[in-house]
Amino acid sequence: MSRKGIVRRRGAGQAALRLLLYAVLVLFCLVYLLPLVIMVSTSLKSLGEIRTGSLISLPTQVSLDAWLKAWGTACVGVRCKGIAPYMWNSVLMVVPAVLISTLLGAVNGYALTKWRFRGADVIFALMLFGAFIPFQIVLLPMARTLGLFGLAGTTWGLVLVHTVYGLAFTTLFFRNFFVSVSDGIVQAAKIDGAGFFPIFFKLMLPMAVPTIVVTVIWQFTNIWNDFLFGSAFTVGDSNPVTVALNNIVATSTGVKEYNVDMAAAIIAGLPTLAVYVLAGNYFVRGLAAGAVKG
Amino acid sequence: MDRTAPERIRRRFVIGNLLERWLPKLVVSPLFAASLVFVYGFIAWTIYISFTKSGVLPDYTLVGLSQYLRLWSTPRWYVALQNLLVFSSLFIGGCMIVGMLLAILLDQRIRAEGAIRTIYLYPMALSFIVTGTAWKWILNPTLGIETFVRGLGYPDFSFDWLVDPHFAIYTVVIAGVWQSSGYVMALFLAGLRSVDDEIVRAAAIDGAGPVRTYATIILPIVRPVFLSAIIVLAHISIKSYDLVVALTGGGPGYATDLPATFMYAYAFQRSELGLAAASAVMMLMTVMAIIVPYLYSELRGRRR
Repeated sequence: MSRKGIVRRRGAGQAALRLLLYAVLVLFCLVYLLPLVIMVSTSLKSLGEIRTGSLISLPTQVSLDAWLKAWGTACVGVRCKGIAPYMWNSVLMVVPAVLISTLLGAVNGYALTKWRFRGADVIFALMLFGAFIPFQIVLLPMARTLGLFGLAGTTWGLVLVHTVYGLAFTTLFFRNFFVSVSDGIVQAAKIDGAGFFPIFFKLMLPMAVPTIVVTVIWQFTNIWNDFLFGSAFTVGDSNPVTVALNNIVATSTGVKEYNVDMAAAIIAGLPTLAVYVLAGNYFVRGLAAGAVKG
Repeated sequence: MDRTAPERIRRRFVIGNLLERWLPKLVVSPLFAASLVFVYGFIAWTIYISFTKSGVLPDYTLVGLSQYLRLWSTPRWYVALQNLLVFSSLFIGGCMIVGMLLAILLDQRIRAEGAIRTIYLYPMALSFIVTGTAWKWILNPTLGIETFVRGLGYPDFSFDWLVDPHFAIYTVVIAGVWQSSGYVMALFLAGLRSVDDEIVRAAAIDGAGPVRTYATIILPIVRPVFLSAIIVLAHISIKSYDLVVALTGGGPGYATDLPATFMYAYAFQRSELGLAAASAVMMLMTVMAIIVPYLYSELRGRRR
């Protein structure tokens, strides 16, 4: 990538310096990976081996029991059906919320940039503000509103919450993209008689595919990982997986099964980890775009 | 009324045109309205509640500043604020130092740079509720590092910050830096990559060493990255909630409370709506004090 590099002169000293450089980088890699490695290795151990073994020792006998238990029979509160139903809750929450918020953000960003009307900039600025607020400021009225509409404790309630508060981000992403698209293309299509929606669906969306990917990944990661809204607005059976996981790990009754905790944690983190590994570049682009937003 | 055909067609065309002209506004207005209600309306409601005597249920009787007076005479609130101060300064400092260091090291034509970057950044993709499970274990005196090091032959080694009320907040800092420093690395790396190679080469020809080149030439060029990274980190630290819940649950006692966990506890566990609303308003004001000037300068700078 970069041809720059400060360390460039040859020589023994230089070679030693580069060795040191790599050593430091690898050391940091180990530090960053350590929690993940400990999670995986502990989840594959039996309870007996956890008690006798050390923190970083690898399992001598790989056992998938903890994974099976975490998935199907571990107790979350008084309900002993494992983490599977809560994974399903999260899926049912994340799929509609991501699709709706991304689509609305795309139309919104398009309307605000390619069909500029008076006040468009002010509307955008006012909507963008929603991306910065600490969500604690809306928790109480939201809880009441959800109750009022009979959505309290439901997955659809969470879909609404995530769509509404995701809109500021998705609008930002798409607006920034559409601003860079030449107005001439849209003007030409308008002269040809194409309307608002035909131009959007046939011309703009196909151009915006990378932005769509960035936005979907951003929204997916944020909504899947959400804990605050999930714990404030759902109870028991309707908990998303992050809340259920916290209940499993934080419970202090009975024998603490660390291997089951770890397996449950990996299962809960697997979807976002998979997306990150498969589409890391898009994730990083979202983070960079989010740097303006915070 | 009788009309000629061309006139009728023109009329229809005008109506169609009118609809087309209104369509963008029709699309934007419900979304804008939703944001007016769910962001501004809700903020207004919370602010209003903070001036009422609401307890378990909202009570719209205004009582002036009494919730704020109560908030500011609650010892737990001071613990939360003090923790926020300690946490945010160490968290921001730690992330900046580690992130910048890693970015500079990675900028030296490193083999497998992509893979290394992926490793540094993966904590950002995972919920801390997930990775906190491992951290809780590592930091736990009887299970984690303490026992491990004692097993290596240092029986007097002690590392029990997690359960020590005076030190538990530092474990939150450690985990926070682990989670977010990769983000700062990514921001800085992108900044470093945008620096013109010619400038660096010119510095090398002038005989400037690596340290001097970075300190006096490259880092000043990427100065905007400092500002946005610090703003983002400050924002993260004020909103930090998962981190504390997963690692310490606010404990021991309420020794690791942050404003975010304080607000949640008073809103949903102790049902003191007025007090919780007052603390949420304080959080909003803190965030705005940081964000508004930054956004203002960003938007103004871009227009120029």
